[in-house]
Amino acid sequence: MNKCTERIYNGLVKENPTFVLMLGMCPTLAVTTSAINGIGMGLSTTAVLIMSNMLISMLRKIIPDSVRMPAFIVVVASFVTIVDFLLEGFVPSLYDSLGLYIPLIVVNCIILGRAESYASKNPVLPSIFDGVGMGLGFTVGLTSIGIVRELIGAGQIFGIQVMPDSYVPLTIFVLAPGAFFVLAALVALQNKIKRAAAKKGKEVPAAADCGAGCAACGNRGACGGHMTVSQSGNNNRG
Amino acid sequence: MNEKYRVSSSPHIRDKIKSSNIMLMVVIGLLPATVFGIWNFRHENAWILVVVTTAAAVLSEYIYEKLMHKPITINDFSAVVTGLLLALNLPPTLPWWMGVLGSVFAIVVVKQLFGGLGQNFMNPALAARCFLLICFTGQMTSFVYDGVTGPTPLADLKAGEAVNTMDMLIGNIRGTIGETSVIAIMIGAMFLILMGVIDLTIPASYLISFVVFIVIFGGHGLDPQYITAHLCGGGLMLGAWFMATDYVTSPITTKGRILYGVCMGLLTGLFRLFGGSAEGVSYAIIISNLLVPLIEKITLPKPFGKGGER
Repeated sequence: MNKCTERIYNGLVKENPTFVLMLGMCPTLAVTTSAINGIGMGLSTTAVLIMSNMLISMLRKIIPDSVRMPAFIVVVASFVTIVDFLLEGFVPSLYDSLGLYIPLIVVNCIILGRAESYASKNPVLPSIFDGVGMGLGFTVGLTSIGIVRELIGAGQIFGIQVMPDSYVPLTIFVLAPGAFFVLAALVALQNKIKRAAAKKGKEVPAAADCGAGCAACGNRGACGGHMTVSQSGNNNRG
Repeated sequence: MNEKYRVSSSPHIRDKIKSSNIMLMVVIGLLPATVFGIWNFRHENAWILVVVTTAAAVLSEYIYEKLMHKPITINDFSAVVTGLLLALNLPPTLPWWMGVLGSVFAIVVVKQLFGGLGQNFMNPALAARCFLLICFTGQMTSFVYDGVTGPTPLADLKAGEAVNTMDMLIGNIRGTIGETSVIAIMIGAMFLILMGVIDLTIPASYLISFVVFIVIFGGHGLDPQYITAHLCGGGLMLGAWFMATDYVTSPITTKGRILYGVCMGLLTGLFRLFGGSAEGVSYAIIISNLLVPLIEKITLPKPFGKGGER
């Protein structure tokens, strides 16, 4: 697997920002009342993420270390403003339903996190693909939460009625508590799948990868938080 | 030297009381209100909802524990108590499957996912009631009595209309299945107090602080009719005697219990007088449940010799 596809795989599955890294929880919980909102928010963030990763990676040798955070924010804020205007101009309905959360992409921790931990240390092309992977991972996360919430809470998917007319929607799922229920259930589900895969010997995160320690590591769900030298991964704590 | 020392870890003194005894007594304590509710709403066939909801609670506990390979704990009656309490908190005309959904939510999400009996952070029955209330607001707030739909006495009271306090005491009024009869609830509560299952601290501090709030902010001063109507209306009595006193979700120390009761009293008064709907007991209790860990923290007794002047 070359570096670029590895980045996309990393963002979508291994370090999925929504289900594994648990980043960007504020938009994740707030805007996913329907699938279309989820996909809109995800794609807007993806666009910003790709552009900011690219520019920050280009400027990584120019930006002094001591002022890197303000510099990143300026870059991100510029792209968010562009996306904000584009959405307002071309998809006003989505713009209305996302509301405040579009400008808030500026402080989305996924974007700053990727700028800080990847784009500012790596060449341009992998940084772009890192943005694509992370953005798509975020989009997939938001869309799947949105689909489940919309299906249970309104009986629809992407605004199309899929449940029979006799179905009584559980309104709580399109309200705030539903976001927590669905997010928790989906995270539990993906942990279950990952653990099953890890038991079969596939996709075992080697402890040596955890350079930064377990607290900072996105894979601690899969490795059980062990800081051991064991490379086999057989010590997965059930 | 044939005598052997028996070495064991604490606790060394054990009582005969088990969770199942206590839960069984709570079920017995709930029986007067249940029987009255089923009789009161006989035209609405309330017994079906009670039976189905209780059975669903027990069944979902059994199925969850079976699937998760945990010890089966349905014999301790705690699921029966949860299911029965939930049923008593539902309007008699609610479709039976909504009761089942509530039971599954109470047992699986609120109780089992947090670790089973003793680990739930809020009262499962009340959490399920609030879940249903948000999901199916229409069905959960439509109250029928003798085939006539209308407002509960508490809603009448909020609208400023006259209510019959005697009817509210006896219970032949609109409301959820188990909340209508204050007399039936008090018979069950007396039984629990006499058996030593619940103590007076929590209900007393709850009701007293609620009355104080009503007197100050209710706009009727010390009008006994108004205060009695508020005390007998809605789920206040059921909540104060049976749900606020839940062992798992109430504080341990007396000081903490008083604080917890005052919390519930003030919140209930606040929701009833200034809130959007006429009733607020269930929200008041679960919010206070969430405050219990904090209450425990500030009322933690100091070990002898610790603390004192600094």
